[in-house]
Amino acid sequence: MAAHLSYGRVNLNILREAARKELREFLDKCAGSKAIVWDEYLTGPFGLIAQYSLLKEHEVEKMFTLKGGRVPPADVKNIIFFVRPRLELMDIIAENVMSEDKLQPPREFHILFVPRRSLLCEQRLKEQGVLNSFTNIDEYILDLIPYDGDLLSMESESAFRECYLENDQTSLYHTAKGLMTLQALYGTIPQIFGKGECARHVANMMLRMKREFAGSQNQILPVFDTLLLLDRNVDLLTPLATQLTYEGLIDEIYGITNGYVKLPPEKFAQKKPGEGGKDLPTEPKKLQLNSAEELYAEIRDKNFNAVGAALSKKAKIISAAFEERHNAKTVGEIKQFVSQLPHMQAARNSLANHTSIAELIKDITSEFSSFSLLSLSHFLNYFCQVLPFSSRVTSEVFFDNLTVEQEFMTGVDTDKVNTYIEDCISRKDPLIKILRLVCMQSVCNNGLKQKVLDHYKREILQTYGYEHILTLNNLEKVGLLKPQTTTRNNYPTIRKTLKLWMEDANEQNPNDISYVYSGYAPLSVRLTQLLARPGWRSIEEVLKMLPGPHFEERQQLPTGLHKKRQQGENRTTLVFFLGGVTYAEIAALRFLSQMEDGGTEYVIATTKLINGTSWIKSLMDRPEAQIS
Amino acid sequence: MTRPKPEDDEYWNSSKFSAFTFDDEDDEFTKMKESKRAVNSMLVDDDDDDDDVEKVSWSGEPIGSISWSVKETASSIRSSGEQSFPKIDITPSLPKQGSGYSLSSLFKGKQSKQFQSFSESFTDTSVRAYAPELRKPKSECKDYMSDWSPEETVRRMRKGKVFSLERFRSLQEKLLLLDEAVSENDGNVITAVLIYLKKSLSKEILFRELMLREIALRHYVHYLKEMGEQKLLVELMKALGRTDDMALMQYKEHLNIKDEGQRRDFLKNCLSLPFSQDDAIHVQDHYTLLERQIIIEANDKRGDAEIFKKFPRKASILNMPIITTLYYSCFYHYGESDGTFSSPANIRKTFRISEKQYILTALGARAKLKSWFDVDSLFNTKNWLGYTKKRSPIGFHRVVDILQKNNAPVQVLQEYMNLIDDPELKLSLAQKYKCHDIVIDTYRDLKDRQQLIVYRGKVERGSKEDKKIEELLCNMQIRWKN
Repeated sequence: MAAHLSYGRVNLNILREAARKELREFLDKCAGSKAIVWDEYLTGPFGLIAQYSLLKEHEVEKMFTLKGGRVPPADVKNIIFFVRPRLELMDIIAENVMSEDKLQPPREFHILFVPRRSLLCEQRLKEQGVLNSFTNIDEYILDLIPYDGDLLSMESESAFRECYLENDQTSLYHTAKGLMTLQALYGTIPQIFGKGECARHVANMMLRMKREFAGSQNQILPVFDTLLLLDRNVDLLTPLATQLTYEGLIDEIYGITNGYVKLPPEKFAQKKPGEGGKDLPTEPKKLQLNSAEELYAEIRDKNFNAVGAALSKKAKIISAAFEERHNAKTVGEIKQFVSQLPHMQAARNSLANHTSIAELIKDITSEFSSFSLLSLSHFLNYFCQVLPFSSRVTSEVFFDNLTVEQEFMTGVDTDKVNTYIEDCISRKDPLIKILRLVCMQSVCNNGLKQKVLDHYKREILQTYGYEHILTLNNLEKVGLLKPQTTTRNNYPTIRKTLKLWMEDANEQNPNDISYVYSGYAPLSVRLTQLLARPGWRSIEEVLKMLPGPHFEERQQLPTGLHKKRQQGENRTTLVFFLGGVTYAEIAALRFLSQMEDGGTEYVIATTKLINGTSWIKSLMDRPEAQIS
Repeated sequence: MTRPKPEDDEYWNSSKFSAFTFDDEDDEFTKMKESKRAVNSMLVDDDDDDDDVEKVSWSGEPIGSISWSVKETASSIRSSGEQSFPKIDITPSLPKQGSGYSLSSLFKGKQSKQFQSFSESFTDTSVRAYAPELRKPKSECKDYMSDWSPEETVRRMRKGKVFSLERFRSLQEKLLLLDEAVSENDGNVITAVLIYLKKSLSKEILFRELMLREIALRHYVHYLKEMGEQKLLVELMKALGRTDDMALMQYKEHLNIKDEGQRRDFLKNCLSLPFSQDDAIHVQDHYTLLERQIIIEANDKRGDAEIFKKFPRKASILNMPIITTLYYSCFYHYGESDGTFSSPANIRKTFRISEKQYILTALGARAKLKSWFDVDSLFNTKNWLGYTKKRSPIGFHRVVDILQKNNAPVQVLQEYMNLIDDPELKLSLAQKYKCHDIVIDTYRDLKDRQQLIVYRGKVERGSKEDKKIEELLCNMQIRWKN
């Protein structure tokens, strides 16, 4: 099921297996038949670790979602609650336990806390008078979840908010813990680099934890050569920009959760010849997206403008393969053809799905995809003002938005009130869209002039409601929105030194990471690239302009574990994004891994996979009341 | 993209998949359609399609995945005829936000009475956390419990073993314990220690010591926030000098108040809080707005006036943003004297709405009602000689857009279209909305004979427009540029 995890540079299946082993051990602790009651939130992350079949092998006969009242009848010996350590969940569990039917044969109760048990939760259960009803209370440490062959995520939605807004560093503690687990499985990482306050904190915790284990030397040959810890607030710009890779756009438009995406079903109805007007399904189509699917692995990191060609090439190959059947004459040939059929059919289904998804995206982005943006920006600038908004189709909206983003990123008129943003406000476009743009302008101008900032604030509050001062204040606290304090705007210096804007980005056959945003090279990935070659010493000045300290630490390896690198062998670097990473950044890192003379391969870890919308939303107060 | 090699062409031309034509180099996406068609045409043997492919239910979850199975095993019970069993699908879904890793997620309990007693009791009689281990006879561990050092205690807390905080009596001992917990970075333990300190130390001393311990302080603030201990939090913020934060934190509470009267009163009380200068203005506006909305709502709910019968209100105006309120006022209360709370002029003045915003909003409302006369007067200005002239702060192309969206008649559209200065802009709008006269006149003014000839192809043969173009083209007076 999870073979794709072992294809990468580092076999992440080891981590998954370790997690599965622990799960089995816990299940076996509760002898006899069992039912699991799930905290619904956990089913997504758990799905990345185990299938129902694993649970079934360990006598899990029923599964329910956690809710008030009585646990549904099930003829089992054990009831196990899989929950996050949250007090309101404890109340529900208590209710479940107390309303257990006394007439039925008694069932044993257990709790598995994910990812950590909590003293307070246990205390709460005691308060409710049910603590003694539990035979086992245990924790299932699930810090880093293998997401794909080169990707680990903690799936911790609010990590950025907690770290940078609320100063709650608990998720950093879990990060450090997760990295210790990783080192236990893959060997001590000899070199640690970092940039940012949180990075410093995580490195400190790791070094401390290592000292505590000083007695037991890790005897595993290190798999990772380097760990790079990056604070999200070192690069606030990248997530604000609209991702333009295939996977990035899927996430921007439909949102990918735990490796799944839900899509409008219309385009997925398979029209079979002779079956005219069959009822269209109304439920969203849910698809799993990862590198286990050959075609997806091939196209997901491409700029969307290169996806059409890739799909059509693939279609050609598959059609040719199907045509082979006409040539199969002998029994042997036919047999061979038949043996390949399942694979071919899977490939065909995959092609059908991605053609449909690409069409859906195209409907929204078509102006972007039919124009080459880069050289046209001046013409477009004019064009946008001309376009009347009343009859805009979605693709125009997408295109205009992109044009403004690119203007900001190249430093055009970032110090003035932008008329496009004003128009969007007067049209009452979704607030998050407005906030993304205003924040981007602020970041690209190293803060907005007080007058400009006040103007935006007033317009936003008047149009969307005064209660949004709370959200605006949050954005100011994390540095996404700020008044200009010095007259000197250092963004142009950063942009030029790090080559964040490439005029001639090649979307079809990229030669630089900037292809992922059709011109903008993500700052975070540029830092990673420069660390590998020629090293950060070359960009000391710029590093000082970015927030937080940068540092290097070394971890001693026992003699004999020093890797003897073969000639031409690549280094392996684990890049950890504290506070979230976007799919486009991942694509850029994968691009660097695949570069012929790159010399470094990357494995990516993060607290959460994010995009601009989910990120801003996590910083809003009561976003549910405001998303329209 | 690369052009197919000749042998490919040959192949494709001879194959039945004629859908593939690679001539159209420019449009990547016509290809997508083609690949789709190709895919469909490949559907040859449907029935045994999925034999060896992973089974996926329509919702896309692979059959056998956990979330699929939760639904599946649950529904199998339901179908077995257990009437009393409540449907699992309508489960009030649990809060999905929050990482499950954080402090914040530890405390999101209901703030019931029980809950308060919980944190109180944490330290009351026994400061032991009852891990299952404790159900062993107490005597087993009681003897040596009192000897545990801060290090040992914190270690036991982290491991989920029995521990006791009671023995830490002096201030110094308590602080040692806190420092030890902080140095381990385990939020769970830090918070447990803080709760003990909160119970056993005076507020002043606790605050003083926390101010020297940044990390512990953060955890404490967070804990209070999540527990909803507003009063204590405000005191702490005051002691820390973080008054802006405190003010906003209190202001945030209004979101939890449903009743508009109570909400208004709450906001009124907020006015005296030490907000930053800017925020103070916004909060004042927020209060004033709600106060007005309540008055307007009380009057309009009855809906006596003609306009309410003609255009019944779809929703109440309470808690709407100011711009929405202004729109409402321009819709239902236009022309009221400045003195009334509900008049557009009064609202505009009270809330310092920019001319641009005002014009946009009023235009939208009056156009919706098709009051073209009102629309007209919005843009009329008299110069000192007494001539009326049309002037707009928002650009007449925007005016045209809004009018068009509200189905304004062609004459009205044309009038405003003619006020657009930029001929290119005017032309593109006129073509878009099919205002032929304007297109024709503009080409005439630009002396663009070629474009006029092209445009002739777009109007109906023999129509009024057609004749007009004909006349122009025959007019010898015009000096065409081409």
